Amino acid sequence: MLRFLTLMLGLTLATSPVHAFEQVTDFQLDNGMQVVVIEDHRAPVVMNMVWYRAGSADEQPGVSGVAHFLEHLLFKGTDTLESGEFSATVAANGGRDNAFTSYDYTAYFQRVAADRLELMMKMEADRMVNLRLDEADILTERDVIIEERNQRTENSPGALMREQMDGVQYLNHRYGVPIIGWRHEMEQLSLQDALDYYTTYYAPNNAVLVVAGDVYPDDVRALAETYFGVLPPNPDLEPRDRPQEPPQTTPRRLVFEDARVAQPYVTRSYLAPERNPGDQSTAAALTILAELLGGGTTSFLNERLQFDQKLAVYTGAFYRGTSLDTTSFNVTVVPIQGVSLQEAEDAMDQALADFMASEIDEAHVERIKMQLRASQIYARDSVESLANRYGRALTTSLTIADVQEWPDVLQAVTIEDIRAAGELVFNERQSVTGWLTSPTSEEGSQ
Amino acid sequence: MRYLLIAALTVILTLPARAEVKIQEVTSPGGITAWLVEEPSIPFVALELRFQGGASLDAPGKRGATNLMIGLLEEGAGELDSQGFARATEALAARFGYDVGDDNASISARFLTENRDEALELLRLSIIEPRFEEVAVNRVRQQVLAGIRSSQNDPNDIASRAFDAATFGDHPYGSALQGTIDSVGALTRDDIVAAHKGVLTRDRLYVAAVGDITAAELGPMLDELLANLPETGAALPDKVAPMLDGSTSVVEFDTPQSVALFGQVGMERDDDDFFAAYLLNTILGGGGFESRLMEEVRVKRGLTYGVYSYLVPKDWAALYLGSVSSANDRIAEAVDVIRAEWSRMAAEGVTQEELDEAKALLTGAYPLRFDGNGSIAQIMAGMQMQGLPIDYIATRNDKVNAVSLEDINRVASEFLNPDELTFVVVGKPDGV
Repeated sequence: MLRFLTLMLGLTLATSPVHAFEQVTDFQLDNGMQVVVIEDHRAPVVMNMVWYRAGSADEQPGVSGVAHFLEHLLFKGTDTLESGEFSATVAANGGRDNAFTSYDYTAYFQRVAADRLELMMKMEADRMVNLRLDEADILTERDVIIEERNQRTENSPGALMREQMDGVQYLNHRYGVPIIGWRHEMEQLSLQDALDYYTTYYAPNNAVLVVAGDVYPDDVRALAETYFGVLPPNPDLEPRDRPQEPPQTTPRRLVFEDARVAQPYVTRSYLAPERNPGDQSTAAALTILAELLGGGTTSFLNERLQFDQKLAVYTGAFYRGTSLDTTSFNVTVVPIQGVSLQEAEDAMDQALADFMASEIDEAHVERIKMQLRASQIYARDSVESLANRYGRALTTSLTIADVQEWPDVLQAVTIEDIRAAGELVFNERQSVTGWLTSPTSEEGSQ
Repeated sequence: MRYLLIAALTVILTLPARAEVKIQEVTSPGGITAWLVEEPSIPFVALELRFQGGASLDAPGKRGATNLMIGLLEEGAGELDSQGFARATEALAARFGYDVGDDNASISARFLTENRDEALELLRLSIIEPRFEEVAVNRVRQQVLAGIRSSQNDPNDIASRAFDAATFGDHPYGSALQGTIDSVGALTRDDIVAAHKGVLTRDRLYVAAVGDITAAELGPMLDELLANLPETGAALPDKVAPMLDGSTSVVEFDTPQSVALFGQVGMERDDDDFFAAYLLNTILGGGGFESRLMEEVRVKRGLTYGVYSYLVPKDWAALYLGSVSSANDRIAEAVDVIRAEWSRMAAEGVTQEELDEAKALLTGAYPLRFDGNGSIAQIMAGMQMQGLPIDYIATRNDKVNAVSLEDINRVASEFLNPDELTFVVVGKPDGV
């Protein structure tokens, strides 16, 4: 077994990073629209995506959910397409289409045969500026998003608690408001609310076109200039300086009780810095810290709470660095039956303190870096995930260079960087701790 | 511009992309057959192993044994304990997935060219020499029990369990493959060892590989990996006739949105009418936004975020299922609309235009599936389990296009059975 391990360490050191971005080309149209082309010629398929630098956190107060509502409404009519004709056309061409909304971006995509790209671009450019909505569209589609909220949130105690935790973590920033919207505001969303958001944010100089698959950059450029290049930029587009958080000065806590909870757990979020243009090293250290602490079977929390103390059925740590504004670092412990949430939280706190007080396991860091290097190879098997990586980054203020440097920034993280990142983020005064529990469990009365 | 788009719609008679996947059949020196696609452009291999039978091989009274066994394969093997195995896998950046369904167990592996032999040795240990140590059994058992408790309060899971129990009774399909709190609590290490011997066997094995490996390399590799599997496995279950009475039953659960599962008898994969039924389902509820159910329930009435139907040809029974979720005060209307659409299609069939659109969607979307080593390996393993020929991919769209309006409308009237369409609604529905 020792020889085995030694052998593997040798392999680890011999591995050199392989970059996925050799297949990537980027350019900008005269009207300010950014374009990224990711080539993969293995199959005659293309993914056409338009990303807008606008999400739920760019909404005005009082109309929460309007970014996502508008996303649904973009499948209604334009000057030249009947309501529903967009998706019907994609289907008639043997393709699939959909869209998604997050805090910082809204994105639309079609997967089609590569020779149908031109039609997709033509339609996507059309609905960027020519959307035509009427009151009837609004009323039924508003019912649909409320059912979507029912499905995603109201039927899930865990989702309801996360919504409360985000609201408590972000007192002033719109990250504290759910992407889908607060129900009472969703019920009042109007045609004008949707159109206001549309005319403010939907313009070529606020969009990124990502085309991934069996395409060549010159062809994409010609199509993009033909269909998107002719659209006028919005001269009134404002910089995205959204209301920011005040300093958090005290820990915040909540207990969320719901009779539907079968498996209580404790979760903690800490405010944490995000990836910033030209400045990603802290985010890289936090990314590796999350893996070390809660990334898998051999993570620190898992070894401590599952294997040694046998208190937990699950532990995890999460950090999502790709965010326009201040993000969060999360730690979760799901205790085994018979262990209270207080005991679980105490054990979690002790483990975090011990982690910070002890030597960081260098071999573990090396395993994580090896996996990150390998993920560059595995990522080339899915141009869709590469397309999403670029789209997310470019709509959260990062540049192409930031995306391409990120693997090297991760590899350059040192033990000292990880420790410093932990000291920065594990600050009780910047935390929210939540208990998810049911009224009948022993937690209910605590 | 509108005119141009309409013109574009009407000229699409021949769809473009043909899936070109060059599959080779490889037989190892030891007699293991595999389907291979060589794809050297990225230095890794996706390997897919399937074992027919899956959780339906659970011994009587041992429900959940196969599931727990599969969950334990990566929890210690050979001389490595659970953490040792995980560390070794991480160090190689190999990715192993172990899963089980009603009809098969699956092992999905991705490993780098640069350390292929070491990764395969780890994979071999997990398949052939798992340790099933008591401490690991008990830890993973706790995880499974936590999952079972959670599913008891999940409206989707409650609906599936109620629907399956009513439809299949004592057959393995009638209960959740995770088992119950009692059955999983009572499983012993011997039960796990027996499940291992009975499920992962040579006679039920199907193999597919895609990536940076040649046919000459694959054969010996498979012998090294799998030669020590037992020859034969536990007895397969019998066929079962679904019991579906057309009722609408309610499982009370206090939650704001009701979840409904519905279904009737399905269509076998090898039935001559399978493609007609497949197109029929695409038009009724399988075609995403373009389906009738989506149009009637979501687009026109705003009753749901999504409504879908799907053919489920399992090994020992075939079902035709669907699902919808609506607020408690709206689910009754959703159920009524679905029943009405089922009856309308059974009585009136589909139009030529609908059939043409469904063909365009299915034939055009088919090549989009073959978009990565991992997905191609999974598809090839599935094809072998279904008994499809190795040249199937090139001929599949022709089979779709061969369905005539007369065929599909005959199948609509014979196959769709509104009187048998059975609903289980979980929630606090009004008026159901």
